Amino acid sequence: MKEMFQMQGACLTIRLPKELDHPNADWIRKETDRLMERRYVKKIVFDFADTTFMDSSGIGVIMGRYRALGLQGGSIRAEHVGDRIYRILQLSGVHRFIEISREKESEENNSLGVEYDGKYQ
Amino acid sequence: MMENTNEMKLEFDSRSSNEGFVRVAVAAFCTQLNPTLEEVADIKTALSEAITNAIIHGYEGEVHKIQVLCQIREQTFSMDVIDQGRGIADIEKAMEPMYTTRPELDRSGMGFAFMEAFMDELEVVSAPGEGTCVHMTKVIRR
Repeated sequence: MKEMFQMQGACLTIRLPKELDHPNADWIRKETDRLMERRYVKKIVFDFADTTFMDSSGIGVIMGRYRALGLQGGSIRAEHVGDRIYRILQLSGVHRFIEISREKESEENNSLGVEYDGKYQ
Repeated sequence: MMENTNEMKLEFDSRSSNEGFVRVAVAAFCTQLNPTLEEVADIKTALSEAITNAIIHGYEGEVHKIQVLCQIREQTFSMDVIDQGRGIADIEKAMEPMYTTRPELDRSGMGFAFMEAFMDELEVVSAPGEGTCVHMTKVIRR
């Protein structure tokens, strides 16, 4: 099992759980804040590869981290975003503030996901 | 001719750890309408929003009872999420997207907007000190 929180330089990658709901969002928020007190974090990548459910608690986590990083463009990235999660990111409006990579793909070729091209099918 | 109806009721403690199982129970109850995966996901998301509201805002983290009433009538699924918590003084304000009374908890203020987006009808009955009932319906189109 992969570590949920991974630091690479100043980039923190959070491998999100299957269900990003209220209890999980609370836990991730607390762990991330704890980590950010100890380490310099400039960018956060939310990896949705395992995530099949998200509600507005997940939006709260993303917006909260975006604020914590100083509302900088390019500071937050969402990866491996499936259709359902994308719809929720779009409905909430956070897709305007964060980078989104929509491909759900395997570990082997995850270096560069295909960038969101403005179309939502 | 007999009408196709079915009902069920769940009562549980307002602990966030219950949210997952309640979503699964309600989703399982809906399957008799033969919904698409997307329709099930819509119902689960809307339900999750209402329960989270009851836990965080209704009971403010205290442990009391939440009830979820589900009803099927022909192809219409409806659910009521009921708490006896503090209630909402200004329902219109509470339903505004991005409005939240708990920004320090990283609440996004999108709960009601999601319920509205994912269900066909949303009705909120509430008064200060008298709790809240969130009524939602969705027609499952086979």
